[in-house]
This record gives sequence, C-alpha cells and structure tokens, in this order.
Amino acid sequence: MSARSNILNKLRAGLAGTTPRPDDFDEGLVTRPWQYAPEDRITRLRSLMEAVHTEIHQLTTEEWPSKVQELLESRGLKNVLYAPGTEHGKLLAEHWQRAEPRPELLVYDRPIEEWKEELFWQVDASVTGTVGGIAATGSLVLWPDRHEPRLMSLLPPLHIALLKASEVEDNLYGMMQKHNWSAGLPTNLLLVSGPSKTADIEQVLAYGAHGPKELVVLILEDG
Amino acid sequence: MSELFYDAAPNATRVAPERPRPRTYPAKPAEVTLFGTCVMDLFFPEAGLDAIRLLEREGIRVHFPQEQSCCGQPAWTSGYVNEAREVARAQLNLLDNGLPVVVPSGSCAGMFRQHYREVFAEEPDTLERVEDLAERTFELTEFLLHVCKVDWQDLGQPTQIALHTSCSARREMNTHLHARELLGKLANVERLDHDHESECCGFGGTFSVRMPEVSGAMVLDKTRSLRESGAAEMVTADGGCLLNINGSLEKQKQTFRGRHLASFLWERVSGEVKS
Amino acid sequence: MSQRIPVKELTDSFRGRAVGALADDQLRTNFRVAMDSLMKKRADAFPDEEEREGLRELGNHIKARALSRVPDLLEQLETRLTANGVKVHWAETTEEANRIVHSIIEAKQGSQVVKGKSMVSEEMEMNDYLAERNIECLESDMGEYIVQLDGEKPSHIIMPAIHKNRFQVSRLFHDKLGVDETEDVNELIQIGRRTLRQKFLEADVGVSGVNFAIAETGTLLLVENEGNGRMSTTAPPVHIAVTGIEKVVENLRDVVPLLSLLTRSALGQPITTYVNMISGPRKADELDGPEEVHLVLLDNGRSGAFADAQLRQTLNCIRCGACMNHCPVYTRVGGHTYGEVYPGPIGKIITPHMVGLHKVPDHPSASSLCGACGEVCPVKIPIPEMLQRLRQENVKSPAEQPKVKDGGAKYSRKERAIWRFWASLNTSPVIYRLFLWGATRFGKLAPKNVGPWTENHSAPVPARRSLHDLAKAHLNQGDR
Repeated sequence: MSARSNILNKLRAGLAGTTPRPDDFDEGLVTRPWQYAPEDRITRLRSLMEAVHTEIHQLTTEEWPSKVQELLESRGLKNVLYAPGTEHGKLLAEHWQRAEPRPELLVYDRPIEEWKEELFWQVDASVTGTVGGIAATGSLVLWPDRHEPRLMSLLPPLHIALLKASEVEDNLYGMMQKHNWSAGLPTNLLLVSGPSKTADIEQVLAYGAHGPKELVVLILEDG
Repeated sequence: MSELFYDAAPNATRVAPERPRPRTYPAKPAEVTLFGTCVMDLFFPEAGLDAIRLLEREGIRVHFPQEQSCCGQPAWTSGYVNEAREVARAQLNLLDNGLPVVVPSGSCAGMFRQHYREVFAEEPDTLERVEDLAERTFELTEFLLHVCKVDWQDLGQPTQIALHTSCSARREMNTHLHARELLGKLANVERLDHDHESECCGFGGTFSVRMPEVSGAMVLDKTRSLRESGAAEMVTADGGCLLNINGSLEKQKQTFRGRHLASFLWERVSGEVKS
Repeated sequence: MSQRIPVKELTDSFRGRAVGALADDQLRTNFRVAMDSLMKKRADAFPDEEEREGLRELGNHIKARALSRVPDLLEQLETRLTANGVKVHWAETTEEANRIVHSIIEAKQGSQVVKGKSMVSEEMEMNDYLAERNIECLESDMGEYIVQLDGEKPSHIIMPAIHKNRFQVSRLFHDKLGVDETEDVNELIQIGRRTLRQKFLEADVGVSGVNFAIAETGTLLLVENEGNGRMSTTAPPVHIAVTGIEKVVENLRDVVPLLSLLTRSALGQPITTYVNMISGPRKADELDGPEEVHLVLLDNGRSGAFADAQLRQTLNCIRCGACMNHCPVYTRVGGHTYGEVYPGPIGKIITPHMVGLHKVPDHPSASSLCGACGEVCPVKIPIPEMLQRLRQENVKSPAEQPKVKDGGAKYSRKERAIWRFWASLNTSPVIYRLFLWGATRFGKLAPKNVGPWTENHSAPVPARRSLHDLAKAHLNQGDR
C-alpha cells in the first residue's frame, strides 16, 4: 500500500455516503465591489502602485523609449536588458540606434546557466512588456516567455514595465475570464504590484528585499 | 436552522451557518421568567433583584422558578458533555412553558441561544424544544431596549462610566450595542471608551483557574485600561467578568470598582442610591 | 535592554513556557505593538462590513466544496501537474516527506538548498534533516533567515521574526555576519539581500511552500512580498514544492476571493507584491526556470482531522495568521510558548491532529474562548467550537474512544467525579438550594486561599442571601 493510496483511502472513508457540495461561486462578490468607470481605472491602478513606491509615468506610444533612456541615464546605470524579439524591443533598439545613449543594450538570449554570475550581479535594469494590468489591486500581469524570461523582471535592481492603458482590466476575475486563463496557463504567470519589500523587522517597511528595488511602470496611452 | 441539518449524511462537509438575520422582537409580554444564573445567585444577587425590579417597572410580571440552577456552561466548556447535558436538560424542562426567558448575563443567554443545539446535537428529538427556548431567550439589555422599549428619566447625578462587555455577550448576543444604547438613554451618564475595549478580560470560566498566569496578565491589563479611561466606575452586564475584574481590583488594592449593569440602571431609573 | 528568546524545550508545558514569556517585558512589548498594528491593518483593509462578510462566506464555501471532493481533486491535481511535467509525490509522515526531498536532492548531488517560506517544511523540520546529511538548507525569507541565524523557530506564521526588534537583529547580524551594527532597518534588509543573493546564485535546489494548488489547471500559486519565493522557484535547476493535502482548490477562479481574503487578513494588503503561478518546469524553448519541478503532498495527521466532519473544518485554513493577531493569549505569550510549529488559535486546533493530544495536552484549554479568532477567520473556521470539541476529546476515557489522535490526554477519574457531583448538585433543586444556603450563611468561613483563583483575585465571598432567596421574598412565593 503506497502513501498515495493510504491517504486517498482515508479521505474517501471520511466522505463515504456524502455528496460533494454544490458550486455556489458568486462572481458578483469578486466583481461588483471592484468595478470602475473606464476613466478611473488608470487613476486607481496608479494610486495603489504609487502607495507602495512604484514610479509611474503616463506617456504616448512614441515618447516611451526616450523616457527609458532618461530613467537609466539619470541613475547612472550602465546597461539594460531588453527583448529584441518583441515589438517594444524593436522600438527600443531603433531609438538606441538613433540616440546612441550611454547604457548598453543587453539581450537575454542564452540559458541562464551560461551567464548566471553576470545576470545576478552586473545587470542594472530590464525593460519588459506586460499582458495587462488590474485596477482593483494595482497590479501588472506578466506572462514570461522565451523573449522575456522569468528572471528578467526579477534580478535587475530596476525593472521598467510597459503597460498599455487599454489593457488594464477592473479586477482579477474579469482579467481571468476575458483572457480565458483556465484554458491554459504558461509555465509561469505573475502578478507584480510594486517593488520588492518586507516588513519582517518591527513591521517597518523596507524596499528592495530580494526582487527589484525599483519598479517603474510606463503606462502607454494607446487610445 | 443550524447547518448540522444540511446533508442527510452526518459526515458531510460543513459550511459556516448563515449570518443570523437581525432578530425580530416580540411585543412586550405580560409575564417573563427570569433565569438568574449561578454566578449572580451566589455573588451578585442584589443585581438579580434589580433586574426583576427593572422588568416590573415596565409592568411585567416576573417569575423566578426556584428549581433553576445553572445553564451548564462550566461543564460544557470543560469538555464534560454528558454532565453539561444533564444540567442543560433540567433547565430546558424547567423553562418549557412558552414564556420569554430573560437572562441578566450574555454568556448564559448565549448558552441557551447558540450552544444548547450543540449540547443536544445527538438528540434530534430534543432539538425542537431547544430551538423554541432559543427563540424565547433574551439577554437583559436587549429585552429592555427592544422588547420593553424603555423610556427612562435619569434621576442620578452626572457621572462617567466605562462599559465592559463579555466576549460571548459581544459576539453571540451583540450586548455591547444594546448596553450602549440603553446607557445612551440616561441623560446624566457619559460613557467613556477604554483602551482595547473588545479584548477579553481573561475570565473564560475555568480558563481563569486552569491558566491563571495568562488569565492574570489579561485581567491586569483590563483593569488598568478601565481605570485609565477616567471613568468613575465600570459597569458590565456579565457576572463572570464582574467577579474577575472586581476580584483583581480588590487584590491590587485599587479603589476603582465595577458594578452589574442591572444595579446601575435601577439606581439611575429609580433614584434609589444604595450605600 | 533586549532579551533573547531562546527555543523552548518541548518537554516543558504550555503553562511553564507561558510564565517565562509573561515575565519577558521586551517580548510583551514587541508582540503588543505588532499585534495592534496588524489588527488595525486588517480592519483598514475591510472597511465595508457587507463586502467583508460576503467574501468570508464565499471563502468558507469554496474551501468546504474543495474538502467535500478532496480525494478527486488531489487526483485531478496530480494528473494535470504530471501532464504539465511536474512530478508529484505523496507522504503520510514528515519522515517520508523528508526522505523524498532528500532523495531528489541526492539524485542531483546537491549540497546547497535555498528555501522560500514554507510552514510545511517547518513541520518536517527539513532544515535539520538535511543538515544532518550535510546539505545546507538556507532560509531566504528575511524573517525566517533572521530566526534561522539565531537558532530559533519562527514565532508567527506570517512574520517569523516578529518577536525581535531592530536592535536585536542588528546585534545578531553583527555577531553572526561580522557586519557593523545599525539601527536602520533599510540597511539591515540590504545586508540580508546581499548575503542571500549569492546563495540564490549557487543553490542546487530551491524549496517552497504552496498557498493554493489548483486542480483545474495543475497550478501552484504562491504569494510573497520579498521576491525570494520567485528566486527560489526560478533560479536553481530544481524546484521542490511541499504542501499539505488540504491546500488543493477546485478551480482557477476559486483563488480570486481566497487571494483577496488572504492578503487583506494577513497584512492588510489588497495584494502581495508578487503572485506567482507555476504550472510546470522549463519548456524546451525557455531560457530559465527549473528543469525539474516536484510537488510533495503531505498528510501528517490532516486525514485524521478530516475523518470527523466537525473537525474537518480545521482544514479550511489558508494560513493568514489573522487568528493569532487577534488572540489575547497569543499577544501575551508569543509564538514560542506553544512549543510547536503552528502557534496561536490555528496552532491549538491543528497540532493535536499532527502530533497527538498527549504531546500538547494543554492546547485545547489555553484559551478563554473569547471568539476573537473565529470572528476574523477569513474562511470562517469556528475555532472556539473546534477548541470546545478538542476539550471533549481530551477528557474522554479510553472506553469512550476519543476521535482525535491520543485523545484522553487529560482524562482524570477525579475530575470526572467532580463534574458528576456538580451535575447532581445542579439537577437536584433541593440540594442546590441547600448548597446556596450553606454558601451564603457560612460564606465568611470560606478559605482565603482558593488555589489558582486567589493568585489573581481576592478571596471570593458569597453574598449574605442568594438570588433564590431574595427573589422568593420579593415575589412572595416560590412559584413556577
């Protein structure tokens, strides 16, 4: 008798003769209190994220690459990780070609094992896209893939995230339903709601525990 | 009704009972039974008499069946089910006359209203009478407020009091709200808040003798908080807490004291000041 | 000034440890301030009573639904996870779970493990088990790292180092890491960050817990604020997740209310910094993430709690910590007094199933049944009712066949006899009134020292006449 069968048998014995409880999930309870007029969505997301030290800029779809340059240069950072295989990556590369900023563009194009030391200690910043945002909780939704791997938004002390204004949903439930998450989730799906923090010492908030110390969100007004 | 009846199978997974609908109160009855409680019987009998007087003042005839003893809570919370059930059954039979039962203690009222159905969970045939008693049970303050709808003149001198509510009274019977409203009807009484007001005083029945060190720390904090409120005295609707708090104050040789709410209310309403 | 709180021996009783804790002013202050702050945060996060109570009820129903189907859901979880490339293991005991974890690490010839926060791994005492086999298992959650450095166990399930203030942490870092002392919390955190970053880089295996295991999609959901959970589950080549069998929920959408309840009840946050949903190991075209992901499902007494429908509700727990934050007992004695992995109200009701009542005989009665815990539990576990039931199980005689592991730990013929006497006294009106008469007439002869009561109170003196007496006189007849 394996542990598996022992455990399952015990549990089944406890339920003998019973029927499962009905599914009485009331979606109103997770949507009604968390619905916003379209013009209020960004305001809410912004205020929640800024309350936990996120830096937020609202820009047009043309302005953002030079904003990235400004963010990096004002901090004296020497490089930034980006994804050339993405639309936004291409736009960033084009800007870099034209403006020739000091920070070097780095690409996450090989498995982590091949450059762990460098990735852990020498990459100053990263720029990634998002698949949307959630107004109710002030969250970004990240769907890492081979262009923008998981550690790209975690290791560098500065993470710059691009969020399209039109992709901000009211609440998590709405987001899940709209994009049919239950049909298939990626290896890793992330909700990111601010820079890394901890209150483990006397409940005093300190930022930059293990994840990025700084999170900058560029909200792109895309009509 | 209790969720114990949801599924035919006794081992069905349970959900929490539905939030109780706000209680509908009957019209003021002509007669009630007073259930005095064992603590009040032995230690605060005058408060029990004051409770009777308050009810009679509203034109109600009060019965005090001499056969009553204890609601059974001490044995129940100690885990002695059979013994608790025997005593509970005696009270259940005694109170089986259809009259409203007024209880000057939140924890004992809670015993009748919430816990008797647990005590008799294995006796489905008794549960109908248990539910009937639960429906007819009222804690004193809610009875005065919502059934008698008292209209009082405050004949006492201006004073400031702190209100302590027992945990079961608060969580099972909403007594803190009823007591506040009742005290609000007394024009010369100002109720002062005190620190950590909703925290337990440390009585917990047998807890105070099983875990005296922790209980002692809790009552020390509670007495300090009450004294530091600036009130002249404390009032409470629960005899157990009163025994605990006054006993501690006396041991600490503090002058601050608590009184049973029934006695305080009677004094304000009748003008009789007791020495 | 500051006092170290040492790990308490398991052979002491709850009361013994409580006495020590109560005398520790630093501990008392640290906990009081911390719990007051956490209670306020929760209250501020749930300003609307309707919304709060509706959500708690939904959370309660979701957990009950999952438990009502738990064997099927565990099988579904296993099937989905396996299809996603995750290896699923089952362990009845912590010993088995440790062996499984060790064998996975051994197969990789691993020697360094980094751990995100996991209370189940504390149940397993995994760090000690691996250390005995020359495998370093380092805590990466800041609070857990701090207590591990000090050779202690966590004192709270969400804020493990809550019993320490900044001066104590500074002294600890100075002693163990050789850094300068500092009162600046930010600096202390940066010291931790730098030290642990190297460990994330070097680790062979990352271990984590699981907040919710979703059967529908075969997904492990983890919440955190620091980022060490993401680190532990992404950087090392192997990820081992350990969790209890009661953590499985049916559908992806079920986690929406549970997540909201968890983060708001625990720390008053609308959401944690990171919500991490893992559905498999690194795919062929991906560049990072572990190549192997394992899930270990642990029983360790949970199936015992499950067997009884009333006690099954204990397994609703989503490990938010709100119960202990609101507990007047926990606030005064701190987590170590409970002497076991889980402190506070949830600790009192789950531990007997895990280790048996004979190991924690005082747990069920270390409570005044004030009900503050049940009032705030996001999944509406009727905690006072659970304690009440455990007290019953605790005093049962062997013949009465207790339903909880090692029940009857407090069975006492003497105490049973006392309550039998009490029952006969209270069911015989004549004797009861005789007792009243004796107590009131001879009250002054009562001893001044009545054991534990008089430790904290003056000797209780019965009134001169009982209420029975006064009522009879007032109402002019002993009527019915």
